[in-house]
Amino acid sequence: MSGDNRNENTGKNKGLHYEEPLLWEYAQGGESGVDWPELQGLKVRTGVPEREDIGLPQLSEPEVLRHYVRMSTWNYSIDHGFFPLGSCTMKHNPRLNEKTARFPGFAYVHPLQPESSVQGALEVMYELQSWLGELTGLPGVCLTPSAGAHGELAGMMTIRRAHECRGQVEKRRVILTPDSSHGTNPATAVMCGFEVRSIPTKDTGRLTVEAFKDALYKTDPQGADIAGMMVTNPNTCGLFEREINEIAALLHDAGGYFYCDGANFNALVGKVRPADFGVDVMHVNLHKTFSTPHGGGGPGSGPICCTEELTQYMPVPVTVKDGDKYRLETMEDRPDTLGALKAFTGQFGIFVRTLTYMKSMGADGLKQVAEDAVLNANYLLSQLGEDYHVPFEGPCMHECLLTDKAQKEFDVTTLDIAKTLIERGYHPMTVYFPLVLHGTMLIEPTETESTSELDAFIATMKDIAVQARGADGHDILHAMPHSSPRRRLDEVKAARKPVLKYIEK
Amino acid sequence: MRYLPQTADARQKMLDVIGVKTIDELFCDIPKGAFIDGMADLPAHKGEIEVEREMAAMAGKNMDASSVPFFLGGGVYNHHIPASVDYIIQRSEFLTAYTPYQPEIAQGTLQAIFEYQTYIARLTGQDVANASLYDGSTACAEAALMAMRITKRKKVAIGSALNPEYRKVLETYLHNLDDREIMEGEPDNETACLIVQSPDFFGNIHKYDKYRKLCDEAGALLIVVITEVVSLGLLPVPAMADIVCGDGQSISVPMSFGGPHLGFFACKEKYIRQMPGRLCGMTEDADGRRGFVLTLSTREQHIRRDKATSNICTNQGLCALSFAAHMSLLGETGFKTLARLNHEAACKLADSLEKVKGVRVVNEAFFNEFVVELPDGTDASIVLEDLVTCGIIGGLALDEGRLLVTATELTTDNDIKIFAETLAEVLK
Repeated sequence: MSGDNRNENTGKNKGLHYEEPLLWEYAQGGESGVDWPELQGLKVRTGVPEREDIGLPQLSEPEVLRHYVRMSTWNYSIDHGFFPLGSCTMKHNPRLNEKTARFPGFAYVHPLQPESSVQGALEVMYELQSWLGELTGLPGVCLTPSAGAHGELAGMMTIRRAHECRGQVEKRRVILTPDSSHGTNPATAVMCGFEVRSIPTKDTGRLTVEAFKDALYKTDPQGADIAGMMVTNPNTCGLFEREINEIAALLHDAGGYFYCDGANFNALVGKVRPADFGVDVMHVNLHKTFSTPHGGGGPGSGPICCTEELTQYMPVPVTVKDGDKYRLETMEDRPDTLGALKAFTGQFGIFVRTLTYMKSMGADGLKQVAEDAVLNANYLLSQLGEDYHVPFEGPCMHECLLTDKAQKEFDVTTLDIAKTLIERGYHPMTVYFPLVLHGTMLIEPTETESTSELDAFIATMKDIAVQARGADGHDILHAMPHSSPRRRLDEVKAARKPVLKYIEK
Repeated sequence: MRYLPQTADARQKMLDVIGVKTIDELFCDIPKGAFIDGMADLPAHKGEIEVEREMAAMAGKNMDASSVPFFLGGGVYNHHIPASVDYIIQRSEFLTAYTPYQPEIAQGTLQAIFEYQTYIARLTGQDVANASLYDGSTACAEAALMAMRITKRKKVAIGSALNPEYRKVLETYLHNLDDREIMEGEPDNETACLIVQSPDFFGNIHKYDKYRKLCDEAGALLIVVITEVVSLGLLPVPAMADIVCGDGQSISVPMSFGGPHLGFFACKEKYIRQMPGRLCGMTEDADGRRGFVLTLSTREQHIRRDKATSNICTNQGLCALSFAAHMSLLGETGFKTLARLNHEAACKLADSLEKVKGVRVVNEAFFNEFVVELPDGTDASIVLEDLVTCGIIGGLALDEGRLLVTATELTTDNDIKIFAETLAEVLK
């Protein structure tokens, strides 16, 4: 262990900004931050030698609290301000959800307890399944997937299982997906043993029947080698796929299934049902549409919803109600299921938060969510088009797409704009995604922002556009940010010789 | 509605600015038939009082571990969580942040991940650890897929009793790829990896040397799975493995009926570019100050699309943070004492149950869980139901009248006494 380096930081702390060492850089050898009862000195019955030195730092409780509280002040969060990260739906996270998830009857329950002792937990899952089934129009609901990408895996495996049960899995190898799709889509298809065929969308930002047909019939005149398609709708350009009914009909005629990436369900919730534009199976990100916190990278939850026809193939377990008793159906009850995708029942703590939010919003509130999310995004689009290039005509759905085409002329890029937003107290939008155009900026305001919040952001964006055009615009914006806890970080250095853990000097 | 700041008046003004008359004009690209007629067939919005009451009523129907003697484990464990851990993870700055894509304003999350990776690497004796995966079962499946990529082989061998929940998930992941096979026992020259859980599902502890030798002979990778991470405070470090993965739920994460838990994943440095999941690395900022970023992302789906090592993006960030916070409170001595307390509680439980007429402890060695055999002809699930009626969660029913029972630092002498007495009554 190295010595205490807090003294090295003397003089670096300013106002409320603290430099904080790593845990291992604190002076070592003190007391533990937990007081345990005395050990009784019983003979060890493990049959193996005892663990030697692990190398864990030793800190007291006040030191630990300060460590984390100081580090927390280096983070931007929704509770700080506007967080327009496209495709991520950074909406307000109600604290009632946190409170209910911590009820002892939910937090301290084990997934393998006898069913008679967990009827309330099963009721939560059953009720959540019912809400999701109603909102998507897809009655088969499996809650187990742990995140959006895991939901994609569940959905694609469901499709594969359906083909398998019909003896078609050898023949149907191809998954169609637009080139604007989330990277998880092709990655997931490959994890399911499929080949990926990309459909170009860059001219219009949308799928067209024509481009779709080219891909569908590319290697077989009937599309008999097609397993399905993965489409995000609204898509990653923030647009609704206008020709989706025709496309879904062509796909279904060819014997393929329509998987909808539900990342953008916030634009539709309570107002439009995906089943009614041809979706066979989709996942829903509970941590986007249904307000559960992102936690700096999870935990999320990505249940899937599917048609009556596909229900028999989806993963287990699934909660059912017999009379007034709830129980879990497993592989024994569902012989055609694809199996289990996760141990136990799924991200139950997220289910509790989601159901709490659903009950708070109700059918009326959820519909208002979709409307306000779309209204806010169109308001931004209508105001930012003067200063920034809008590649595809509106209206947009819950997010709007811009590019840096107008700023490029002054040698200012999307990255510079993002880093300048940081300097101005904002979290940037999603940058350089989707990949179909250069310098994309995907802006998703969500419904939990007021008009005045949006106006302040618009003013800032306009101001940045002016700055970009002005004298030394490139130099000024390229040096941003200055006032954040760190300035631009050297990512090349990080990747060239990776340092992924603390090593004593 | 309390979560929506827009007013009717503001909405109208915005529509005017956009230049449309109604909100539905903005939804004009959507086919008419896809709209819900009026409202979805669900209840209307409710205030906090009503919602909290409805949720509390459901919570109240469960028997929870904080209120009854509790002896169930089998991959999920009932441990103490220090009060300060939950306060740390409920800081808005951690709770409501996104994945740290903008490192200038996410150093809090990033440094916490870096420290978490260091904890996992040290606990497992491995060179590198990732920023977390969903849970132990998916971490185990990802480990098998990684071993297949590295060895270009298609068989997976299981060396010790793997948690059946993990086994099922592994089967699902492999079934979707062509010609993959799971076999029991020793690896051969077509085997990508040997998976060894220790303590295994029945609580037995395995020595790693013989598995290492088998893997070296076969050219396979050794994957060690740990479902009870507290055991690493007492049992030898699995440093000789190529990959160590499992679930960190025991440290800081409530059981919460099965999730969210914490998949951890660590391996030897030479395999780093085949790892799934996010990695946080140290670097410098434009002023030469130490900072952290997500790195080696050329393995990942958002760059590599169909060539990625996994499709994972969102993982269990907040659970990794709570794990690190809990570990920093424990420290070296606190963590090792915790492991000993678990073992001592299990020893006491074993001694008490052994005295119950007709009951036999099967394991010779164990950490904090073990198997007991009930008298001939006993149905273990019925015994458990009877125990529930008496207000005890008695363990996990295995086949042939056997129970898997677990004790932790939360198990009191009195819990053990009540369990042994009640079990004797139930078995009469």
